[in-house]
Amino acid sequence: MTVLPKPTSGALNISPPGILERVHEWVTTVDHKKLGMLYIFSGLFFFLIGGIEAGVIRWQLASAANDVAGPVTYNQMFTMHGTTMVFLVGMPVLLGFGNYLVPLMIGTRDMAFPRLNAWGFWVFLFGGLLLYFSFIGSAGLFGTAGAPDVGWFAYSPLTSRTFNRGNNVDYWILGILVSGFGSMATGINLVVTILCLRCKGMTLMRMPIMVWSMLVTGFLVMIALPVLTAAQVMLLFDRFLGAHFFNPQLDGSALLWQHLFWFFGHPEVYILIIPAFGFISEIVPVFSRKVIFGYTMMVIALVWIAFQSMSVWAHHMFAVGLPPSLNAFFAASTFLIAIPTGIKVFNWLGTIWGGRLIFHTPMLYAMGFIAMFVIGGLTGIMLATVPFDWDVSDSYFVVGHFHYVLFGGTMFAVFAAVFYWFPKMTGKMLSERLGKWQFWILLIGMNLTFGPMHISGILGMPRRIYTYAPDRGLEIWNLLSSIGYLVQFVAIVLFAYNLISSLRNGRKAGDDPWNAWTLEWATTSPPKDWNFNPLPAVKSRRPLWDAKHPEDPDYDYE
Amino acid sequence: MTQAVAHQASHDHAHEEHRLSKGKVGMSCLIITESFFFMAFIVAYLYYVVILQVDDGGPTPTELFYLDWLVYGASICLFSSSATVVFAANALARGAHDKFRSWLFITIVLGGLFIAATVVEWADMIGNKGMWMDTSSLGTCYFSLVGFHAFHVCVGLTGLTLCLLFSFMGKLPSFQAERFEVLSWYWHFVDTIWIFVFITVYILRVY
Repeated sequence: MTVLPKPTSGALNISPPGILERVHEWVTTVDHKKLGMLYIFSGLFFFLIGGIEAGVIRWQLASAANDVAGPVTYNQMFTMHGTTMVFLVGMPVLLGFGNYLVPLMIGTRDMAFPRLNAWGFWVFLFGGLLLYFSFIGSAGLFGTAGAPDVGWFAYSPLTSRTFNRGNNVDYWILGILVSGFGSMATGINLVVTILCLRCKGMTLMRMPIMVWSMLVTGFLVMIALPVLTAAQVMLLFDRFLGAHFFNPQLDGSALLWQHLFWFFGHPEVYILIIPAFGFISEIVPVFSRKVIFGYTMMVIALVWIAFQSMSVWAHHMFAVGLPPSLNAFFAASTFLIAIPTGIKVFNWLGTIWGGRLIFHTPMLYAMGFIAMFVIGGLTGIMLATVPFDWDVSDSYFVVGHFHYVLFGGTMFAVFAAVFYWFPKMTGKMLSERLGKWQFWILLIGMNLTFGPMHISGILGMPRRIYTYAPDRGLEIWNLLSSIGYLVQFVAIVLFAYNLISSLRNGRKAGDDPWNAWTLEWATTSPPKDWNFNPLPAVKSRRPLWDAKHPEDPDYDYE
Repeated sequence: MTQAVAHQASHDHAHEEHRLSKGKVGMSCLIITESFFFMAFIVAYLYYVVILQVDDGGPTPTELFYLDWLVYGASICLFSSSATVVFAANALARGAHDKFRSWLFITIVLGGLFIAATVVEWADMIGNKGMWMDTSSLGTCYFSLVGFHAFHVCVGLTGLTLCLLFSFMGKLPSFQAERFEVLSWYWHFVDTIWIFVFITVYILRVY
């Protein structure tokens, strides 16, 4: 009789990993799910910082002739707020969801280039930290600079050495340049993943709209970001090698910067909204218990928007004094882009129509998204009208418009997505009660903040002005906006509390808490490292519906 | 659930053979991205030098550029290296490693000659003609556009040289031929960009 040797202690280490092991695991990971969560978490962290900067802005503007921040700090705050929200919140959170969801939704085990993926995330993070290092590191030779203070689109010649003698603009350039490399890597990675790694049966026209939106976003990143990189390199040459690109005193052209920046900048706003369209297109059908209305038109509209987003950039430049023919072209092109956007909105309404609606928090946010985005879209059409734009260009009307699109639109979709996919990512449900409170408080707060901005803008309040004189009718609207900020702040605190408390003792989610239809819900919550074993095969757009209803599968109709 | 959705494990492998190549699609994406990067510099050159024809006291393109043996020779070197890199890739796919190394070596020499020509031209521009980025709009546009192209040639050359070293070390077996082909696409891209740079700098406003 043989006696098996007893396992010696240490031969099989099954003790739970310590804090060092866990940190090591997250820092060295190449897993798309961990990187996706890192992206989202870093984005939400920067969202808090950008939100605090917005608080300084609203505090300064709460009353006429106020002096809590002063012009220098104020300029830094609106610059860092805009730059942070666009480059360090919008892009990483949306690309993070893409990172997390795309491989799961198309039925594969990871992104096409996992190490490139990890590189992209860390480059983005350190780019962001480099930008924030400017607060302490940019004093330069003259000791005059703090954070960048030239606005998020950094118009020339304000960015030239003549007007910016410290290194703050250089930090703006390098921070965004570096994080831009990360975004380009992730954009390419998403496109390659979607084109090359779809599971058996997952044809392009069976992909979830979310995956389509990420494919389109990936292409836009590939096309838009390098132009910004090139423009920023030119600006670096101007500042360090004495090049003449953007310096009007040396026969350079400040206008070229505007063209290059907005050739990037307008596709960029679609990079920020198209993934949001994707989230909403996944959430609305599940909580209406219906298939998405007009799948093919939804896809066509996405691709249409992406192409047309490259021919509308000069609507940011109507006030510059372009020739009337150019103004007419860009106005017409901007009006036209309302058509595919309208198609999307009406298809969401068509999905809701006649559905059995379930108003869980993700659905509330999706409804909020549609309403707020339509308001922002309509003021967008107003702004595309050249004569009207001449009146309100660079006023608070514009600020109100793009906050309805980017906050009421993109951020509402992000909240919808967080509530919808948090159970998949963590295995825990977020609190519905807190979520609903947060939704209504945030909806009221955001309308209170950004609604009055349209009025103060029409009354003539320019954006980026650090104070305003009393007795011009601006006080009440600014005060309302500032109160709205506080209301939103309460909602964000509720959200942070909800995240932390639900992570620790939230209700167990199970694999498929929403009774949904796309492949990510076929995995465990959270999914295993290898996602699927064996790899799935699909026959229709709703593989889980087919699995749950073998008597009436979708592929009989598609 | 998982079984119901996933019942095709045995077909996974067969299916993968029909997939698009990650390397080729990825390289195509990188090429699109890089093209838009270069487009910005070409647009800047066209805007200042060809359309606005900025006269800031510096020399005009006609005074500065002419199609001499240096430019022709460099261009011929670069364009023919696109052919030799294809010969190298084909040789590697066939398993003809000696031929692969020979063609790859010729490719690297041709690319190196191009860079040498750029060095000669820049030495003349900077040393004799006193041009640099800060002297005029033309200098700004010329040095940034041609400089970034030369930088990309150097990146390509680094990749090709690494492949040559790997091959000598016996670390580049012919089943890696597709990876080399992907790298050769980058080299073709660098050559293609030169066509646009060549037309922009040496043809427009010169002839």
